[in-house]
Amino acid sequence: MSEVPADLKYTKSHEWVRANDDGTVTIGITAHAQDQLGDMVYVEAPEAGRTLEAGEACAVVESVKAASDVYAPIAGDVVEGNDALADAPETVNNDPFGDGWILRLTPADTGALDGLMDAAAYQELLAAEDH
Amino acid sequence: MGKHTPLYDEHVAAGAKMVDFAGWDMPIHYGSQLEEHHAVRRDMGMFDVSHMTVVDLEGPRVRDFLHHLLANNVDKLQKPGKALYSCMLNEHGGVIDDLIVYFLDDNFFRMVVNSATRDKDLAWINEQAHDFDLTITERPELAMVAVQGPNARGHVLGLLEGELRARVEALKPFVGCFAGDWFFARTGYTGEDGFEIMLPAAEAAAWWSTLAGGGVRPCGLGARDTLRLEAGMSLYGTDMDEGISPLEAALDWTVAWEPAQRDFVGRPALEAQKAAGVTRRLVGLVLLDKGVLRNHQKVVTEAGEGEITSGSFSPTLGKAIALARVPAATGERVQVEVRGKLLDAQVVKPPFVRHGKALV
Repeated sequence: MSEVPADLKYTKSHEWVRANDDGTVTIGITAHAQDQLGDMVYVEAPEAGRTLEAGEACAVVESVKAASDVYAPIAGDVVEGNDALADAPETVNNDPFGDGWILRLTPADTGALDGLMDAAAYQELLAAEDH
Repeated sequence: MGKHTPLYDEHVAAGAKMVDFAGWDMPIHYGSQLEEHHAVRRDMGMFDVSHMTVVDLEGPRVRDFLHHLLANNVDKLQKPGKALYSCMLNEHGGVIDDLIVYFLDDNFFRMVVNSATRDKDLAWINEQAHDFDLTITERPELAMVAVQGPNARGHVLGLLEGELRARVEALKPFVGCFAGDWFFARTGYTGEDGFEIMLPAAEAAAWWSTLAGGGVRPCGLGARDTLRLEAGMSLYGTDMDEGISPLEAALDWTVAWEPAQRDFVGRPALEAQKAAGVTRRLVGLVLLDKGVLRNHQKVVTEAGEGEITSGSFSPTLGKAIALARVPAATGERVQVEVRGKLLDAQVVKPPFVRHGKALV
């Protein structure tokens, strides 16, 4: 079973969300997601200033195998995309919950995080997908 | 559950991610497709290709039969062990399958065909062989292991002894030889030197373990696909099929027009197509912008639209490459529609990579 940090929120489409002290949130894809996709070869992170709806495709991660959209877990404005991934897409494989983050967002509604899964619920989702 | 090769347990024990491939449970990778790819380009790797179909053809008229069956000419094979790549065409000049045929002796040729096309290939071969009085024997009891990479040949030779070693060492590219029940061929699907080895299924696991123990990295179908794409080698069902002729698949070089009286299946259709002018061709593309080329993306050219047949990230070049079928008059620059955007790509002549070196 893949790592599922307890302090993060999760989506059904395998993004994670970390609430930062400054009111922004950091978003990436989970260890499970990168494991399913395989070796990353290209990541297109969103540009700062872009306004995202919840569920909107906002980034692309491409592995040797396939391209996948990354969806905004909640609505908000992009503070920054992780441009370092352009030259080092493998960071998403090596450190999905750390340096492999994909974007930072100022939430339109801070309460929106409550609508996401916690680690226990995400664990259950992964267990269900395994069967 | 799919069919298992004799090496299935070895794959699972090595942590392979197994996927369905034409009804077989096959390893797609053992952890990292990229590292497997690089191992073959820089050192050595091995592939379980036991799912491929080996067919032995025997009888006094076997050469005549292959004159009829194949678009390439087995008369190019005069020394026992020599191999030939050929398409097997239908009456319309479309490709039923591509294959390797080995000349073993005047009454005995061996073919290796794709597993995904096994049933239709065997049906077609048997139908075409009707008047040739051949014995056609599938050899499912054989496993096949490809050992590929700059260090592969030397490593395999180091595992052999005496007279056998001398014979295998003497093999030139595209030649094979028997060693009892085993068959060593200096062939492959990666653009690197190495061997494809057919051996009895019961001995496959021990051979695989010996290779692995000597540092030969197990590689999955994922790396096999990126390696063959870099090497500019076609994949049946992807780059060509029954609706595509060899002339539209950059396989002109495999069609033996001479002698003119050799009436192989599909010849009249190919001649008609050639006379009328071939309207599409298969080319290589290198993406100039950032992104990844994928199968079925649309190619926009000044001469009309085309389509990517095989697209991927090239681990050796560090950029996206593809094979694409485009209008014959396509120039040197095209655009590819990637996720809603038009990106620039350069038209090149494959291969992209051979023997570890970038060629584009």
